Amino acid sequence: MKRSSDDRSFRIGTGAFAALVLLIVLGIAFELTRQSALSIAKFGLKFWTTSTWDPVSGDFGALPFIWGTLYSSILALLLATPIALGIAIFISELSPRVLRQPLAYLTELLAAIPSIVYGLWGVFVLVPIVRKLELATPAALKKIPLFNGPPLGVGMLAAALILAVMVIPFTSSVAREILKNVPSTQREAAYALGATRWEAIKVAIGFGKSGIIGAVMLGFGRALGETMAVTMVIGNSPQVSASLFKPQYTMAAVIANEFTEAADELYLHALIEIGLLLFIITVGVNLLSRMLIWSTKRRAVAPTIVTPIVAEEVAA
Amino acid sequence: MTANLRRRKWFSRFFEILCGLAVVIALIPLAMILFYVIKEGAGALNWDFFTKMPKPVGESGGGMANAIVGTLILIGIAALFAVPVGGICGIHLAEYPGTKFSSVVRFAADVLNGVPSIVVGIFAYGILVLPVKRFSAIAGGVALGLLMVPIVVRTTEELIRLVPGGLREGALALGATRSRAVFGVILPAALPGILTGILVALARVAGETAPLLFTAFNNRFWSTSLTQPIASLTVQVFTYAISPYDDWHRQAWAGAFLLVMIILTLSIAARFAVRRLERMNRS
Repeated sequence: MKRSSDDRSFRIGTGAFAALVLLIVLGIAFELTRQSALSIAKFGLKFWTTSTWDPVSGDFGALPFIWGTLYSSILALLLATPIALGIAIFISELSPRVLRQPLAYLTELLAAIPSIVYGLWGVFVLVPIVRKLELATPAALKKIPLFNGPPLGVGMLAAALILAVMVIPFTSSVAREILKNVPSTQREAAYALGATRWEAIKVAIGFGKSGIIGAVMLGFGRALGETMAVTMVIGNSPQVSASLFKPQYTMAAVIANEFTEAADELYLHALIEIGLLLFIITVGVNLLSRMLIWSTKRRAVAPTIVTPIVAEEVAA
Repeated sequence: MTANLRRRKWFSRFFEILCGLAVVIALIPLAMILFYVIKEGAGALNWDFFTKMPKPVGESGGGMANAIVGTLILIGIAALFAVPVGGICGIHLAEYPGTKFSSVVRFAADVLNGVPSIVVGIFAYGILVLPVKRFSAIAGGVALGLLMVPIVVRTTEELIRLVPGGLREGALALGATRSRAVFGVILPAALPGILTGILVALARVAGETAPLLFTAFNNRFWSTSLTQPIASLTVQVFTYAISPYDDWHRQAWAGAFLLVMIILTLSIAARFAVRRLERMNRS
């Protein structure tokens, strides 16, 4: 009898700590909502659709920051996805066995470098390179809104480039795991039908498609919340523009830059409301990506269980 | 060979090369970052960097002694908070893997892992800075601790699951209670791996800047008080990097070099430790 009561208190005792983790997440959601109440009450939905950001007169609209965050993250995704998938395919399908571990380790090192170091490198190395690129852009191209803007170096292009590098390891490591989980029967079937290596890889990618989309979204979630490196290279100027060369601003960057300067309560609440939206978006993106990855992994397990039964039937 | 097959083979070869190229493209920024951090940072790193305080603007020299100590204090607080919470939570998830409660908690840990660090900073600000109206080392340490929790949870759960089932069954068969089996047999077996996992998590949060900006804030002076603002390597690197002074830029590179070295050392050490553990398990 004593033993079962001991087991129960162990279960409840450790469970209390587990519940604490749950409470932290709920606490973040609650606290962010509570601390942005003033701004939510005063501006309502207008907060998300207007562009004035005037702390002096107390008028706040977050559109430029939302635009900057989405635009920089999507650009980063466009740059990072082909490279990350290429890495995942190379390591899991093409690379010689001895190179597999070292290459996986090296690409994952990109995730270990702190954001501030990326930022430092961005300011002193990447931005001057981007500036040279911008100066070398022919005048005819500059007429296109995409390339319109002063050759400052800092701006959307630098931010997107640095974000892309930071996102690559996350997407590629998850995509690699998805590919590893694709049953080898899929590839074997393709080869048996006379497929080339690339065609067999395409079959494997097709099988893990939703998981790979999940991997890309995981990278997207990372890009949305990235703060320091972007703050240091994007130029911090709130404007809604499609230009790659113009300095812009992101949600995370405005929080980082202005939080300690927010003298009055409404200003602070407006900044925290931006944090709240960032929280909601990143949690949503992460949930969706986990569901996609999880469903693919589950599907990947199923056929290997089914196969022996089919084989027996054929034998019978 | 038909023309069609030749075309398909050529096509295949082409895409295989593109994939190899992707690896090379990703390694270029890695090599560049490491190159610059070493080139600019190693030269600027000297004894003064570790022992001297920051000098006022215009005076050259000085170091980051206060920021180095500050970072150590901050990650110390983070570990004090995150290791018990995350560790015991991880034990619960590993011991009761199939329950509904466990899957909800696992899910919450995943969500917490994806929350941007700056948002976690706002939370710490709301509960620890706003009520007392003062930035403090405690608030910064807790913010870092919150970021550490999901990593510790996952490491603990995974490593406990790596422990051979026979050990657990043996302990239970000898009449041990669940807690005796876990704390006396299973946890000690998994401990080396868990400890290295904790070290990696510490290295990761030591590199965080955003959540410290408005929790620990910064401090130009020597301070070890937990209720006062405190300097940290990362915030100091940030402050120096965006300043217009060459001497401060050099110090920023030296700080970055130190951060990268700490992280590389710990992650390589952890890699070997985990590999050894896996080999032990297989045999």
